[in-house]
Amino acid sequence: MSKVRVLVGTRKGAFVLTSDGKRQKWDVTGPHFGGWEIYHLKGSPADPNRLYASQSNGWSGQLIQRSNDGGKTWEPVGNKFAYEGIPGTHQWYDGTPHPWEFKRVWHLEPSLTDPDTVYAGVEDAALFRSTDGGNNWEELAGLRGHGSGPHWQPGAGGMCLHTIILDPADPQRIFIAISSAGAFRTDDGGKSWKPINRGLRSQYIPDPEAEVGHCVHHIAMHKSKPNVLYMQKHWDVMRSNNGGDSWQEVSGNLPTDFGFAIDIHAHEPETIYVVPIKSDAEHYPLDGKLRVYRSRSGGDEWEALTEGLPQQDCYVNVLRDAMAVDTLDDCGIYFGTTGGQVYGSANAGDSWMPIVRDLPAVLSVEVQTLS
Amino acid sequence: MALPAHLRTLAKVQGEVTLHIEGPVSQRSILDALEAGYPVLRGTVRDQVTKQRRPFLRFFACAEDLSHQPPDSALPDAVLSGAEPFLIVAAVAGG
Repeated sequence: MSKVRVLVGTRKGAFVLTSDGKRQKWDVTGPHFGGWEIYHLKGSPADPNRLYASQSNGWSGQLIQRSNDGGKTWEPVGNKFAYEGIPGTHQWYDGTPHPWEFKRVWHLEPSLTDPDTVYAGVEDAALFRSTDGGNNWEELAGLRGHGSGPHWQPGAGGMCLHTIILDPADPQRIFIAISSAGAFRTDDGGKSWKPINRGLRSQYIPDPEAEVGHCVHHIAMHKSKPNVLYMQKHWDVMRSNNGGDSWQEVSGNLPTDFGFAIDIHAHEPETIYVVPIKSDAEHYPLDGKLRVYRSRSGGDEWEALTEGLPQQDCYVNVLRDAMAVDTLDDCGIYFGTTGGQVYGSANAGDSWMPIVRDLPAVLSVEVQTLS
Repeated sequence: MALPAHLRTLAKVQGEVTLHIEGPVSQRSILDALEAGYPVLRGTVRDQVTKQRRPFLRFFACAEDLSHQPPDSALPDAVLSGAEPFLIVAAVAGG
């Protein structure tokens, strides 16, 4: 019998939600690391009992926790994130040079094949890798050093590297995204990088079609089509058919194309999900109605999914890492809100139910499908 | 030495921590000893790379704020003798 384990990072701890394949009854454990911000936790595809968690708070900085038993117990591992060489500067909000300073880990991406290899996306934006289970971290400095780094500028949430996608078809290829520098790709395992932002258009930067400076909120890839990428930008939902070399807008009939989260059906690579948010200034759903939008055509044509979701007086947000899918035959999809709800759908979004309602603000949601 | 509650939990200690230090006793040497005894606290009181005190943690002893003292300054005799604790205090911050 299959099981599903949902890993939830919140402002005040981590929670683990488990259910059988029916996904109707859930066990909730936590908070793990109560009181700490858990920006992200994720399991290794190569060993589902191996989990990594990013633990931080304003008093005491960053820790990394590792579990070898599916989240029952945890042990702290290495938390030294030292930029390689002289860190240099990026642009500050006022356009002046600002030294690169490590603040926190936003995203942990375990290797697809090795439980001891894990990538960390950090603020100020950089990519780190550990090959010993998180004990030691080394920067893949070619990203910051590729040339445009001094021109990167933080978004309102900080200059964070928040998205890491490992190409299942090519272990040398990695995609990352930074707010608000844009998307980047390496084809040589992280030694060299190039911006992949052609086709993005952002009115909030001096040159709307600049090579860097776009506030990419999240990117998703389906493992069966690694050249097809979907992006939720600050405004605009975008699609690339060539590994990010160029992008086209697929916002279509969305009521607003601002948002943070985007994800893809586990078995239908053209079925994608977003949660439209009213605007950059009003981070909540339009009209107080929490609606997931689904496109079955790879974008442009969207339908609202509302059954089981609040359709009045709802003013929560769904953050960039707070949506995920399971891989059961009837694809499950999950998302968490800044109001502390985690919603799940066991039928690809046709209907929803709250798994939990009153957690701290949800920062991230990941799903493991266990056999 | 006294730690804030979230660091006591992390280090799995209750009450005050006693450190034995050879040589000059300063903020730097007691933090070195603390981190050697409790590796999980590395990076939590001061930055791993810059060794700067984290801004929302303060160092108090003998009713004085020592947070802005140079890290190699000698600590009060009462701390050296163990009569008074060196306090690491979490600032009133957060939400």
